[in-house]
Amino acid sequence: MTAGKHRHLAVLAAIWAALIFAPYWMPLFGGYTALGSRVLVLGLGAMALNFLLGFTGVLSFGHAAWFGLGAYACGLTLKFIAPSTPLGLLAGTLIGGVAGALLGALLVRRRGVYFAMVTIAFGQVFYYIAFQWSSVTGGDDGLRGFARQPLDFRAFQIDLLHSDLAFYYFVLVCFAGVVAVMAFILRSPFGRTMIAIRENERRARFLGIPVELHIWIAFTLSCFFMAFAGGLYALLNNFADPRVLHYSLSGDFVIMAVMGGMRMFWGPLLGAVVFVVLQDYLSSVTVNWMSFIGVLIVFIVLFFPRGILGLVRARRTA
Amino acid sequence: MLQLIFFNVTNGLIIGAFYALMAIGLSLILNLSGVINFAHGGFLVIGGYLAYALTPRLGFWGALIVAPFLTALIGFAVERLLIRRLYGRDPLYSLLLTFGLAFIIEDGTRQIWGANGLPFSVPAALTSPLSYQFFFITGYRMFMVAVVAVVVAVLFVLLRYTRIGVRIRAGTLDLETVAALGVNVRALRSLNFAVGIFLAGLAGVLAAGQIGLEPTMGDGLLMPSFIAIIVGGVGSLTGTLLGGLLIGVASGLTAVIFPSASEAVIYVMMAIVLLVRPRGLLGEEGMLS
Repeated sequence: MTAGKHRHLAVLAAIWAALIFAPYWMPLFGGYTALGSRVLVLGLGAMALNFLLGFTGVLSFGHAAWFGLGAYACGLTLKFIAPSTPLGLLAGTLIGGVAGALLGALLVRRRGVYFAMVTIAFGQVFYYIAFQWSSVTGGDDGLRGFARQPLDFRAFQIDLLHSDLAFYYFVLVCFAGVVAVMAFILRSPFGRTMIAIRENERRARFLGIPVELHIWIAFTLSCFFMAFAGGLYALLNNFADPRVLHYSLSGDFVIMAVMGGMRMFWGPLLGAVVFVVLQDYLSSVTVNWMSFIGVLIVFIVLFFPRGILGLVRARRTA
Repeated sequence: MLQLIFFNVTNGLIIGAFYALMAIGLSLILNLSGVINFAHGGFLVIGGYLAYALTPRLGFWGALIVAPFLTALIGFAVERLLIRRLYGRDPLYSLLLTFGLAFIIEDGTRQIWGANGLPFSVPAALTSPLSYQFFFITGYRMFMVAVVAVVVAVLFVLLRYTRIGVRIRAGTLDLETVAALGVNVRALRSLNFAVGIFLAGLAGVLAAGQIGLEPTMGDGLLMPSFIAIIVGGVGSLTGTLLGGLLIGVASGLTAVIFPSASEAVIYVMMAIVLLVRPRGLLGEEGMLS
């Protein structure tokens, strides 16, 4: 093994150790378990977005739509169809993912700014639907009346509702599963092709790669991951309201990805840690937290466009 | 029924004219700078609140003229200090920057003028209904449409017949060549940005007279403007104007049949346009994509 590979394994071990023991070390810094779950869920969303944004180079600014659809579908399933946590997650993932696949087919020929605009605008459709169709979705007040159900393994049950700690580990297991799938895809020939398209779309096309098909598949996969994260978010809050579908949440995901470093696999998770914790802290100490977040965004865009991990890597290679 | 349809079409045209005013400003900036200005709704809010602050000194008419110019000045400064640095980089960054600016503007407005809505009074001469049969066509709404018509006409004439206007249009098609011909593209983009923000500021003053002032009043108007651009076709200002009017009428008509879908129908229109004619009604293939 080379030194680089050793370091890679050491970093991975450190990340997972930090995540596994988070409920025990976070309180030392004023954190709490539910905040940890929130970071994981939003971090998973940011990684799902970055699967498309960072590795295929396609700018979607409407990914909250799939996140929110996953959340609503999960909540509605738990409320009206069957009180089962895995079923809710499955329904959320499928509905958000399939909707994304359908819309993706409409979008794949658009690029850059145009793609971004269309995704922003389409994302808002679901916001309005959730807002207007109050008999089903609860409208502006949000969807209530469901709660995460215990996991039933026949021999024993795990209560997710009353134990934040159990729920944190449930989220962590889900997170690990999705992240493993993402990493597997990115290492596969398909993932390499995604990166080739990001680096030089024209060259990829000349090599005979069906670029539109690849972008569509990457978009669809990203929507499925996003919807899964959305389902977890509904479970986290036992609640879903139209704001999970709003474009400002899409913007938050993009910020997390950029802040952490969009060219890095783990960048968005780091971005989510910083963003979610900062937002949580700022909104508890000042009413003007929006300005602080806004200034932070401007600051990152102007001075740290490659994110925290991009900065670390630049320092190391320098 | 016929009268109801007439009512809603007219209403839709009035709203559509307003969407178009915002969308043309966005479109100008998008075409020449490749920047999706997320803060456009924020600049609209600035325009409205500046007019509110200026009315006691200048009266409604003075504020109507001065507030958009001040907003444009702020826009000019923002372009010079922030947005200019991002030209030539991935469009992601300008999008994020304006997203952050929108946060700052909303919070700043709330800090200065408070979170609650404020009334914005317009001269009585403008508020009286013109006709009792068609009570909905108030003087103010007609006035709004007239202002939009005049401003858009002036803008189109300037773009067609003045040297700077021709350069802006040429830059939309091929900025590199325009630069190579010795045009100061940096100055051109700053000016163009300021003009776009001027339109946002004007839209803010007009909207304030109709719906009052609120720090979030720009939010609901931003998405229709995006859709107006997509429906009309990226790269074409005439298309944007047409797109704005079309979605206004579409949502007006839907309000007759199925009121709760009047907001969603414009998205359906966008989907249809993207399916049938992906470049938009008057757009050119390959613009900004």
